[in-house]
Amino acid sequence: MELHTTRSAEETETLAAGFAADLRAGDVITITGDLGAGKTTFVRGACRALGVDGAVTSPTFTIGHRYDAPVPVAHLDLYRFVGLSSSEWGDLEPYFDGTIAFVEWPEQGAAWLPSVRTAVHLEHVAGDERTITITHADDPRI
Amino acid sequence: MVILGLETSCDETAAALVTADGVVLSSVIASQAELHARYGGVVPEIASRRHLELVAPVIEEALATGGATLDDIEAIGVTSGPGLIGALLVGLSAAKALAWSRGVPLIPVEHLHGHVAALYLQPTDLEPPFMCLLASGGHTLLLDVQDRGWENVRVIGRTLDDAAGEAFDKGARLLGLGYPGGAEIDRLAKEGDAEAFTFPVARVAGLDFSFSGLKTALLYAVRDLPAAELEARKADLAASYQRAIVRALTERIAEAAGDGPIAIVGGVAANSALRAALPHATAAPLALCTDNAAMIASAARYSARLESPAFLGLDAHPQSL
Repeated sequence: MELHTTRSAEETETLAAGFAADLRAGDVITITGDLGAGKTTFVRGACRALGVDGAVTSPTFTIGHRYDAPVPVAHLDLYRFVGLSSSEWGDLEPYFDGTIAFVEWPEQGAAWLPSVRTAVHLEHVAGDERTITITHADDPRI
Repeated sequence: MVILGLETSCDETAAALVTADGVVLSSVIASQAELHARYGGVVPEIASRRHLELVAPVIEEALATGGATLDDIEAIGVTSGPGLIGALLVGLSAAKALAWSRGVPLIPVEHLHGHVAALYLQPTDLEPPFMCLLASGGHTLLLDVQDRGWENVRVIGRTLDDAAGEAFDKGARLLGLGYPGGAEIDRLAKEGDAEAFTFPVARVAGLDFSFSGLKTALLYAVRDLPAAELEARKADLAASYQRAIVRALTERIAEAAGDGPIAIVGGVAANSALRAALPHATAAPLALCTDNAAMIASAARYSARLESPAFLGLDAHPQSL
């Protein structure tokens, strides 16, 4: 488990970019934290490092984005689901096919998500300061 | 002759009949019934299976209320993206099957073009050029609209993080308000003082928007208030928060449009404070702000027609612009 502190959205993006360097197709990364903790900011930083050019915005309403990159990147958000049914999961499954997949608000999909490579948790400290905990799959806490 | 529009890109299953000169004969949205269910505490599934169950009944209802039969349909317009892949495919497959069996053309439509094309329906019938703010739960874009097609619409500003409608919805969640959040904030804000709290309007380069900092500012304001006081200040918080969103939107569009004509579309265009802040803007009619199929049929009038069998190979595209 790694513990980091960032003091701005830019620092969070930079940290995420470094983190993304090790990712490969098939990896699933969950991103948790309160509203406004910086989940989409973290994913944006990782996406930039993975070669995504366009806007990386919150998928809360659209539920899933798929970005073209050398390894395609999926960006999902389960915020609007209340428990995930099998047919809802059926809609999400294609987003995990051959991608590096980031999942915000994964709690609702816990029963369905493919095995998670890394769990990222962001917490508000004060102002723009955040603590970011990165836990890898080989860690028993995940 | 009539165009049948179909929309299944996200939550709503919708069908509509629109004439060639932009008269809406019918516009049916399946989620209206679901909204009642939501108020009753039942949150419906957000799954393409629901679209599949609803798409045929919704088309039948659109035909019946529009006083038409399939013989009157001249072409079928359908949302081909962006959206959830499985959801888009339901509408697209239904449209292909109908178009093929009836021997009529199929017209793939960009969902975002649809929102703008709500302005081309009667009685609004707005003529480009104009500067258009498209603000919904999933999108926030400033568009330079030169003609009624989609090819010459230029994106000149966009949100860098959250959409404006999402900011409303998550703000409502932070304030413990009901669903849909935008309407709840709009309602409560009328009882509050919009100057009671100072929320930041993000300064980003160019004509882009950013709403995630505003959401965090509301979170801290809510956190910092004792529970008893929070209840008493909720209307002030809602009004101040709404004002910050509306200011961000209006400042940008004014900057982009100068003295030129302005239009607002998308779910956020239903917000009363935004409408009041832009008295000279043309707003889409309230019923055509949120996702619907009349706007898709409208956009289809200005998009390329595909004949059979060319349209059979058509695919949905999940990506946004």
